[in-house]
Amino acid sequence: MSEATMVAAPPVADPSLPYNDTVAGAVVGTWADDTDQALFVAPDKLLALLTHLRDAEQYDLLSSVTCVDYSAYKGKARAGISERFDVVYHLYSTKKGGGPVRLHVRVPDGDTVPSATGVYPGANLQEREVYDLFGITFEGHPNLRRVLTWEGFNGHPLRKDWQEAYFDEETKPFKNRHPAGSYQWHEDKLPWGDNNTYPAGWDPDSWEAPVSYVPVSQAPHRGFGELDTQSIVINLGPHHPSTHGVFRMLTRMEGETILALEPEMGYLHRNHEKIGERNTWLMNMPFTDRLDYINSMSNNLGYALAVEKLLDIEVPERAQYIRVIMAELTRIINHTWSIGFILNDLGALQTPALYAIEEREMILDLFEEVSGARLMCNYMRFGGVVRDLTPGWEERAKYLVHDRLPRALDQLDELLSGNEIVKARGRGVGYLSAQDLIALSVTGPMIRAAGVPYDIRKAEPYCIYDRFDFDIPTLAESDIYARYYIRLLEARESVKILQQALRDLPPGQINAYASATLSQGFGTIMGGKGGYTFRPVEGEAYARVEAPKGELGYYIVSDNKTNAYRYHVRSPSYINLNALGPMSVGYKIADAVVILGAIDIVLGEVDR
Amino acid sequence: MFGTGLLKGLGVTLKHFTDTFTDDRRKEPSRYEGSIKLDDGRRIIDQPITQEGLLTIQYPEERRLLPERFRYIPMLLWDTEIGEDRCTACGICAKVCPPQCIWIVRDSDENGKPITRPAEFYIDVAVCMSCSFCAEFCPFDAIKMNHDYELAVYDRYPQLVYDKEELTVPLEYYAALWPTQFAEEQAHRAKEKEEELRRNEEKKRAAAAKAQAKAAGVAEAGDGAAKPKRSKEELDALKAQAAAKAAAKKEGGADAGAVETGNAEAPVAEDAEAAAKRARLEELKRKAAEKAAQRKKEGGA
Amino acid sequence: MESTMVTDFKDIKQEQMQEFLHDSIQVPDDLQSNVMVTTLDKVYNWSRKSSMWPLLFGLACCAIEMIATAASRYDLARFGMEVMRPSPRQSDLMIVSGTVTKKMAPAIVRIYNQMAEPRYVLAMGACATGGGPFKEGYSVVSGIDKYIPVDVYVPGCPPTPEALIYGLLKLHEKVERQSITTVPWYRKGANEAIPVPVLGPDIFDPRKVQIIKEQTLGAAAAAKGPAVSKARLQPQPMAEDAKARIRAAQAKYRAQKQPA
Repeated sequence: MSEATMVAAPPVADPSLPYNDTVAGAVVGTWADDTDQALFVAPDKLLALLTHLRDAEQYDLLSSVTCVDYSAYKGKARAGISERFDVVYHLYSTKKGGGPVRLHVRVPDGDTVPSATGVYPGANLQEREVYDLFGITFEGHPNLRRVLTWEGFNGHPLRKDWQEAYFDEETKPFKNRHPAGSYQWHEDKLPWGDNNTYPAGWDPDSWEAPVSYVPVSQAPHRGFGELDTQSIVINLGPHHPSTHGVFRMLTRMEGETILALEPEMGYLHRNHEKIGERNTWLMNMPFTDRLDYINSMSNNLGYALAVEKLLDIEVPERAQYIRVIMAELTRIINHTWSIGFILNDLGALQTPALYAIEEREMILDLFEEVSGARLMCNYMRFGGVVRDLTPGWEERAKYLVHDRLPRALDQLDELLSGNEIVKARGRGVGYLSAQDLIALSVTGPMIRAAGVPYDIRKAEPYCIYDRFDFDIPTLAESDIYARYYIRLLEARESVKILQQALRDLPPGQINAYASATLSQGFGTIMGGKGGYTFRPVEGEAYARVEAPKGELGYYIVSDNKTNAYRYHVRSPSYINLNALGPMSVGYKIADAVVILGAIDIVLGEVDR
Repeated sequence: MFGTGLLKGLGVTLKHFTDTFTDDRRKEPSRYEGSIKLDDGRRIIDQPITQEGLLTIQYPEERRLLPERFRYIPMLLWDTEIGEDRCTACGICAKVCPPQCIWIVRDSDENGKPITRPAEFYIDVAVCMSCSFCAEFCPFDAIKMNHDYELAVYDRYPQLVYDKEELTVPLEYYAALWPTQFAEEQAHRAKEKEEELRRNEEKKRAAAAKAQAKAAGVAEAGDGAAKPKRSKEELDALKAQAAAKAAAKKEGGADAGAVETGNAEAPVAEDAEAAAKRARLEELKRKAAEKAAQRKKEGGA
Repeated sequence: MESTMVTDFKDIKQEQMQEFLHDSIQVPDDLQSNVMVTTLDKVYNWSRKSSMWPLLFGLACCAIEMIATAASRYDLARFGMEVMRPSPRQSDLMIVSGTVTKKMAPAIVRIYNQMAEPRYVLAMGACATGGGPFKEGYSVVSGIDKYIPVDVYVPGCPPTPEALIYGLLKLHEKVERQSITTVPWYRKGANEAIPVPVLGPDIFDPRKVQIIKEQTLGAAAAAKGPAVSKARLQPQPMAEDAKARIRAAQAKYRAQKQPA
């Protein structure tokens, strides 16, 4: 599988290639891949093709925009191609479901790409990220600023020739750890003893930070006749209790009404992707735990699915069921947590949140028993899971999903759903139409609360979700109250899935490689000695799961080496923030806090 | 009617309040069902899933019963059965460690020849991400995950860089923390040992048979009467191979012999090294006994 | 080059640290019989440690465990800590719970500067302690102690709620050892604010400008990249006496903690 074979790009567009009959000369080549076909698009025809795909082919969701720097690529597939970068687009259809259309646009260093924001406004944040980390300019982007690093940052860190101050070697494992490991971190070798680097010729005394142009400063100013006031800019964050972490909102206010709101992030940018490209494939697994740190199990699952696409492994039945059970337990944790903190943002401090995360502890106990950790489970492996359930685990889980969890959800419902204050604050606040949300690439409970029954578990089933009987709840209102209530409904559906999964859980292997039991050492799990340094075949893969917050995708590129060549996370929290600005305009500043809470972001995933 | 939702919600909180309040008024609150009471008034709490609500664990006095697979920071095992570190300084843990926080210095003998023992072993706890890959991939069961989480310190350097001494615990400590896995491993080790013995036996037998056959073959060749099955060149190559094998075997045997003689010498005059080793073992045992006793008490076993 | 070696900035709380490490608070002779002060100390420290309000401040994953600590199962209210204040002016303790990134570091230092004395810092988790698994990244500060003095380090990734509470108890112990006569915040002279780091091409500490300049503008700049000083390449093992002192302190601590 994934035997990447290049079809040489013909000089004249081949009419046999897809879409060339309607948008002439748009597709200049294909990269045949067993799973998804990659189409190479001529940069000048990109927008025409995107428009065609959106309007005529119903590919209305621009899921992921990312970039690969092929300058250090060692595989065979890139032979004879001089362009350094590939900008990669994944388009999905919320109407048809099914797989993606994957577009590659090849860009030489220093060239520009037309911005897709005109066709898909949701490309906004992702194109900014590519600009920030790769230095590719998107022509026509309304707000092309750095997003994860800061203005004035030296260089574009995800380029392959960019090295951080802390640089031991290109890839792990580092040779200075064994057999003559002298305890010392790289930063200690630098004269200033910090993990920093400065360009030669730079003078710190004369340094002035570049002032970045933020669009809120140009928001429309509305006068109210005689009572003309001046609009002001109010900054929330990065340290603000309402932002669920370190996140910043710049708001332009007219009195208490928001005229414009611009999210600023990057305060938790932890170089997940750069580290992921130094790591071996397996080493990334515990790092994925720390993306959306409330839902480590779903993160594990998505990454395992992506690498399994390249490895071509059949996951045993029991492991499939265990994976589903863990992912759904995680969803319940996330949704109850999210409900509790929406209420916190509404001003109902503590009590609802405390009630909402009560059952979470019982679920975490179950996680801890099988995986050894409450939060950072690191439980999935390629080909299955790492350890079998412990004796008695199933019974306890059954009691939980048959008795405790339904009861807890009912109690939460009773406590909050009828509450007049919640209704008054939530009804009609933060409205955005379903079309707008999809155009902004929003996924997850947010669009289901706007009446779009789009759930990857049904639209493009992964694992064994097609075996379970469950519904996709939708609500039509698309306001804060609907976003609160949809989470409750989804948690109930998860309980339904859990009941079925625990009923049907078969005995058997827990890992495709599990010829070994625990006592034989897990070194054997990935096929004997060196199992932790296997080499997947050359190619690219994109796997996505319906994470509690939306579509969580992993885009990986392998050049048949022991570490990932490119490792990109399409994180729902980050991309859902596209909608924050449009959603908040016209509401009060106090509502902006709840609107953000109802998007349900986790900063570890936003900034990665 | 306006306000019914509010009242309903308040009813839920009131019920919570009365439930816990009445329970707390009892002499032995039902929330302590399934918990283990220690002699000094402390408790180990293991909330049964059927227990309503969520118990508050009053941490320093009450502790949660940790599951066997709980992982925090790695520890190195001192095999009390053979009186040696289990670690062979193979470096696999350092290689699989995702944040690369393990440093190993392999020991060497007087001649500078590396030997399978770590001279130094560092783990930077301020970097360790508790993923337990080191424990998963160790082929010698030498590194395992410790349950001890009370590690807060006032100063980062050097307390949070654990050296070999701080990391090492005796086998009994591990057995107390991870009883199921320990039993599995012991069974597996015993089986492996048996198998190795059997394999060695077989090898010996095979070698003997081979030697016999060879002798016969040589005799035959010497006779020159029977037609040779192999050409002269082939035979020469085989001979060379056998010689190389024998040499290799001899070397191994010599090593084994050295060990044996070392053992034989030990009782005659306990040299400084052995004494140090023994002292260290005693020290470790004592430490572990302390820890294990505490753990046991907490585990209620 | 050697002469301009960076000074160690960790010594801001050296005095307090020394007090603890030597485990002997030097009471001047004329105060030995001062019952008033020792009793006052007891009341003073008891009241401070029993209502130590933390700053409502979460950075990353560890913040989730911090919330879990404050929630029903572990209940920080038992330590008088349930009042998490969003304002640094009203809080006594900053729990740095999570990865400190370079973009966030100036904000943290500012918040720390705004806290009123006596103030304490607890570095929760591997990231805040020493950069953690993300240490190798280009935008992560390897430990908040590079910028502000830390009182207690809690390792773990993430520390379980019990581990955090244990760290808080260690902090209580530290508070108990302080004396109203020696604490720095009643002394004359203002406590200097910590210079806020600046985001340049990479973050830089205003206190280190001199050495950075030498590297970027001086002779070293001619060589490619920042020069690596040879002296620092040598591993610097811990001094034996320091090791012994720590062990002794730990042993003593353990002996106190565990009734025979």
